[in-house]
Amino acid sequence: MAGIEVTALHKRYPDGTVAVDHVDLSIGDGELFVMLGPSGCGKTTTLRAIAGLERQTTGDIRIGDTLVNDLPPAERDIAMVFQFYALYPHLRTRDNLAFPLRAEGLPKAEVRERVDEAARLMRLGPLLDRRPHRLSGGEQQRVALARALVRRPRAFLMDEPLTNLDAELRADMRTEIKHLQGELGTTMVYVTHDQVEAMSLGHRIAILNKGRVEQIGTPLEVYDRPASLFCAAFIGSPPMNLIEVEVADGKLRSQGGLVLPPPPSLPRDRRLVAGVRPEALEVTEPGAERSAPGRVVSAEWLGDEVIAVVDHGGRRDVRVRMPPTVRFAAGAPVGLRHTGGPPPVYDVSTEELVA
Amino acid sequence: MAVSVDEAASTDPVRDHTPPARRLRGRGRGRSVLEVALLTVLAVVMLFPVLWMIETSIKENRDVYAVPAKFFDFKVTMGHFKDVFVAPGGGRSALSVAFLNSVVVAGVSTALATVLGVPAAWAYSRFAVKAKKDQLFFILSTRFMPPVVVVIPIFLMYRQVGLIDTKLGLILIYAAFNVPFTIWMMKGFVDEVPAEYEDAAMLDGYTRLQAFRRFTLPLLLPGIAATAVFALIFSWNEFVFAIFLTSSDSVRTAPPAIAGLIGGTTVDWGLVAAASVVFALPVLVFAYLVRKHLVAGVTLGAVRR
Repeated sequence: MAGIEVTALHKRYPDGTVAVDHVDLSIGDGELFVMLGPSGCGKTTTLRAIAGLERQTTGDIRIGDTLVNDLPPAERDIAMVFQFYALYPHLRTRDNLAFPLRAEGLPKAEVRERVDEAARLMRLGPLLDRRPHRLSGGEQQRVALARALVRRPRAFLMDEPLTNLDAELRADMRTEIKHLQGELGTTMVYVTHDQVEAMSLGHRIAILNKGRVEQIGTPLEVYDRPASLFCAAFIGSPPMNLIEVEVADGKLRSQGGLVLPPPPSLPRDRRLVAGVRPEALEVTEPGAERSAPGRVVSAEWLGDEVIAVVDHGGRRDVRVRMPPTVRFAAGAPVGLRHTGGPPPVYDVSTEELVA
Repeated sequence: MAVSVDEAASTDPVRDHTPPARRLRGRGRGRSVLEVALLTVLAVVMLFPVLWMIETSIKENRDVYAVPAKFFDFKVTMGHFKDVFVAPGGGRSALSVAFLNSVVVAGVSTALATVLGVPAAWAYSRFAVKAKKDQLFFILSTRFMPPVVVVIPIFLMYRQVGLIDTKLGLILIYAAFNVPFTIWMMKGFVDEVPAEYEDAAMLDGYTRLQAFRRFTLPLLLPGIAATAVFALIFSWNEFVFAIFLTSSDSVRTAPPAIAGLIGGTTVDWGLVAAASVVFALPVLVFAYLVRKHLVAGVTLGAVRR
């Protein structure tokens, strides 16, 4: 087991595309580290550079104490699970699992023992004699995970391993992966574009955009204080309301009259945007105390909650998350009130967190 | 090779279980009768020359020239087929040498094109190559010109380097024509094989080339077989280069040799027909073996990009 250090990673393809502009990561030993970002943000390229499947243009990668820049993938002592499971189609499950071990040249008895152990861990017993085309997607992915396990590598690299599974199975596998990683204590780098996956799995999350790291933090840090407008818009469903505000009388005031508590040490001379989570707002009776007048544009009753879209005279409509018990008619005049602590505030021009 | 092609073709998951007869009936009887009639006429027109060739090849010479033509009541002889392979005085005939030359030229040029084209296709499919699209277009563009246009310059070049009237010369020019075709067709097949197999194998301790050889290559075999058959058929049928670049009987391939039978004061039509039957047979057999890939290969290129 080992931590992974990525320093000033830069990857430029021969055709001129820059996949990774500048990435620094410091992944701790035994950590489940998630790289999250939209497609084309460089997360998969970074992962493939760590695996050794791509050669970075500049920058260093260390696994444990070893500088692995010039090591081929096989000598980096890592295992990777792919979005498309990449099980060898002509081999039965048993042989697929044994394959990397045989490639290492382990004695037969040990190969058998390790395959059995991995099969038990991933509950593959009945599938051992089948070929990949006779396995369902979920089963194939469990075999792929088991194939990563048998190696007992220093780190696991996961490239969107659950993307091809249906929603229910995905949730199950998520739990399974998290549990497994906790049990084994092996460092895991997990790439995904699914924020729910990132939030539920990661010890820490790195949000990537356009080949750069926008923020690194625990799921709660990333959720509560997104480091940039991009992160604010990317994490959370529905996403954060970005409300243009001005500082007046020691409060943050929006165009529509919404009043927010100000964070300390606000710069005064810039145009500011406050990031307000939908659950930090509430819909009230019109004219209620501290509320701004508004009008419900539409509402989604999701069963466990209601997402109300409220026009309060600001530039954009805001989304409000309410318990499912509230009742209001669409189009009805309502009040809009902020309930949480000071929101994170961003500079409009730099798009970065200022307070 | 042939067996694996057929197997791969038959595992095609998309199947239409409706019997053809029922589908026809569903569209109304009048239309189906018209369809069958038209198709029959077309088939007769298309197939008559082939049937006539086969008939002529087994007729005796006086039946060949009989007026009115004899369709059924003629004496069957295998004499013409014997003449194809055996010279009048005994020993090997010039035609049999030409057939052997065709086998060598078509076989070696196809092997060469496959050996060069498949790795190239793999590289174009897997790696980020500078100006990849332009390179691929350039490769394809070498097939734009009909052979007749380039045959004169090739002839002059070959005379300089001494490749005129050699089998090696034909092999090289056929391989040059087949490499672009192989690259383009195989790129489609390689694109279909997920790159993750190779990535996984590389993580399991293989080098890139080993990963290609052990995992991607076996999955490509049906595609390689189909592509090779196309290349083989092209080289086997090729006429223009063969007639311009070769002259002696010991080098000439079958197409110009058969054409050479026509043009004397008398033409031995029985021999021409028998030689043509022998010449057409391998192509028909191969085309039959890859009939599904024939369609797949053509539509594959049409659908992607």
